[in-house]
Amino acid sequence: MSQHRITATVLSVIAMGLGQIYNRQYIKGILLLLLYGTGVYFGIDNLGHAFWGLFTLGETPQHLELVGKVYKMVPGDHSIFLMVQGLIVLFVFIVFVLIYMANIKDAYEVGKSREQGKHPHRFLETILYINQVKFPHLIILVPLTFVLFFTVMPLVFSIMIAFTDYSSPKHLPPANLINWIGFDAFKDLFTLSSWARTFFGVLRWNIIWAVLATVTTFFGGFAVALLVQHTGTRFKSMWRTIYILPFAIPSFVSYLVMGNMFNSQFGPINQYLKLIGIQGPSWLSVPTWAKVTIVLVNLWHGYPVSMLLIIGILGTISKELYEAAEVDGASAFQKFKMITFPSVMFSLAPILIGIFAYNVNNFNGIYLLTNGNPANSEYQFAGSTDILITWLYNLTMLQGAYNFASVIGIIIFIILASFSIWNFRRTRSFKEEDMY
Amino acid sequence: MASMNKVKKMAVLTVNHLLLLIIAILTLYPVLWVVLASFRPGTSLFSEELFPRQFTWLHYLELFQQFPFAEWYLNTLKIALVSMVCSTFFVLLTGYAFSRFRFQGRKGLMTGLFVLNMFPSFMSMIAVYILLLNMNMLNKHSALMFVYSAGAAMGYLLVKGYFDTIPKSLEEAARIDGANHWVVFFRIFVPLSRPLIVYLSVTSFAGAFNDFIFAQMVLRTKEQQTLAVGLFNMVSNQFATQFTLFAAGCVLVALPITIVFMVFQRFLVEGLTAGAEKG
Repeated sequence: MSQHRITATVLSVIAMGLGQIYNRQYIKGILLLLLYGTGVYFGIDNLGHAFWGLFTLGETPQHLELVGKVYKMVPGDHSIFLMVQGLIVLFVFIVFVLIYMANIKDAYEVGKSREQGKHPHRFLETILYINQVKFPHLIILVPLTFVLFFTVMPLVFSIMIAFTDYSSPKHLPPANLINWIGFDAFKDLFTLSSWARTFFGVLRWNIIWAVLATVTTFFGGFAVALLVQHTGTRFKSMWRTIYILPFAIPSFVSYLVMGNMFNSQFGPINQYLKLIGIQGPSWLSVPTWAKVTIVLVNLWHGYPVSMLLIIGILGTISKELYEAAEVDGASAFQKFKMITFPSVMFSLAPILIGIFAYNVNNFNGIYLLTNGNPANSEYQFAGSTDILITWLYNLTMLQGAYNFASVIGIIIFIILASFSIWNFRRTRSFKEEDMY
Repeated sequence: MASMNKVKKMAVLTVNHLLLLIIAILTLYPVLWVVLASFRPGTSLFSEELFPRQFTWLHYLELFQQFPFAEWYLNTLKIALVSMVCSTFFVLLTGYAFSRFRFQGRKGLMTGLFVLNMFPSFMSMIAVYILLLNMNMLNKHSALMFVYSAGAAMGYLLVKGYFDTIPKSLEEAARIDGANHWVVFFRIFVPLSRPLIVYLSVTSFAGAFNDFIFAQMVLRTKEQQTLAVGLFNMVSNQFATQFTLFAAGCVLVALPITIVFMVFQRFLVEGLTAGAEKG
């Protein structure tokens, strides 16, 4: 009697699907067996090569070889392709192993239920079962597979790059092989003086920028929200509609246009300053002015979101609070300080941290306006207004310093992740489960 | 005393409205400037006056003559619409699974997805590029659709927070009537989260519409390009000298998204606020 469980499990371990066939779940068994066949076929073909590629990153560099009577350039191993292809195979293999394990577990469970005298599910029943009991797994399958291959796999690749010497000009496939070098790129970034100077300089401005951008847009939006929602203000919805405009216009268009407005020679801003007798600065070519410009443009672009959020919250503050305060003879400023501000901060604290995290990586705001310029001769491949993410982009796209770019990416991640996780753990959505 | 108060109130109101007006001018000016520039004869950035003496449609015509602008429009709309539908559907499903079901590894997945979101997306660009190369998908629109919708599940938090607030009694009633999970999802959750869905759709549409970095990397030929890539290349190439043409391009590119945002602003605000409150 107690044989079913063991026989089915053993058969499933031998080959995926056998246990199911033994359990008389023929369609499921055959489908799994087919999957097993394909898996083994591709596995034998690729798995060994994939691991070899990942470990060695290729062994034969591109070289000259005597073909007949002439030397010809023979392509060698392409380390980067080996790495990505190796990872793809590895990830497919992991998925395969997971399915395999589920298959063994399934054979065991069905065998067990047969021992208890239950009839195994027919194929249609299996589908219904999945649709009912395994529903959450079913619906996150496709989204998570996408995340696995388009996010996780590429990220693992990038993290691995940080531990190689993949960089232009000496270690660039297909001409050269690349090698594993451990933490050397990390060490170089912090010890080579030109890199370290750039890194800390860029990091400093990155933090200043993120703080300034968040604070200016938040308080700018706050002030505008208070003005719009003030009891005596006429045409509230008209003002609001006007102010939403910068939020509605695609940001990359705004930044490109703004770049032209701040053109120091022909742009309208300096033209108007001239009219009132001021010689406008070269906005985008002096480091300090370029930074001012970036913050100003970001204020224009970012205040509407804060304003919208704060208007939403202002509506939820109980009128009685204000009335009680008026009875006690509170001034307008006191009411703001004691009621409005704390209420808004209470609701907005998580999103404020979110906006800050967004600004740390606000690529468009810098890249499209100044592209990191004006140039800074003290820096390694970075300009005065570059933040980490734009520096990373230029290192990848222009300089081919891929390993340094990856190291910077990891550092950005550590900065963001540490306080985002802290913030996330505090949010209600994560903490207060099963409230309903 | 009473009249003093009234005067003071009037003064405050006047100052307020003056401020509102100044902010409105500062807000509108760049928009007005670029729109008017697109109608200005000539090519230069510099102009003596804001309002051109003559209006011309020439730059808009030139856009369609000199560039495959109509094709760019269609490409962009196609990519953005498909990405919008896929990513909205994905993120709704993921949020539904995390909000309404308890299963093994759930918390781990939730934390994992959230952490993944913290990596700068540029970091994975090279690997995604090589992946697409291996899948033979370079210079194809489907590649962009894949990439834009692939990360959707990582935005589950907002959806989960929203779904968490939908009372369980509603779905229980439906279940007693024999509804399965799909029916509950499509008949109860989807209709109840219209603001959320509009928010997700508009933001994912805009995200695909606005991307020029990845699209530039994947789309090689001019005919395959999207508006954002086209416009970006205009600025970096010859448009330094043809500002008015660039302005016309800006107007045409910005118009659809701006209209969508203005039309759906109520939902967008609700979505944003939901994000703020439920985090």
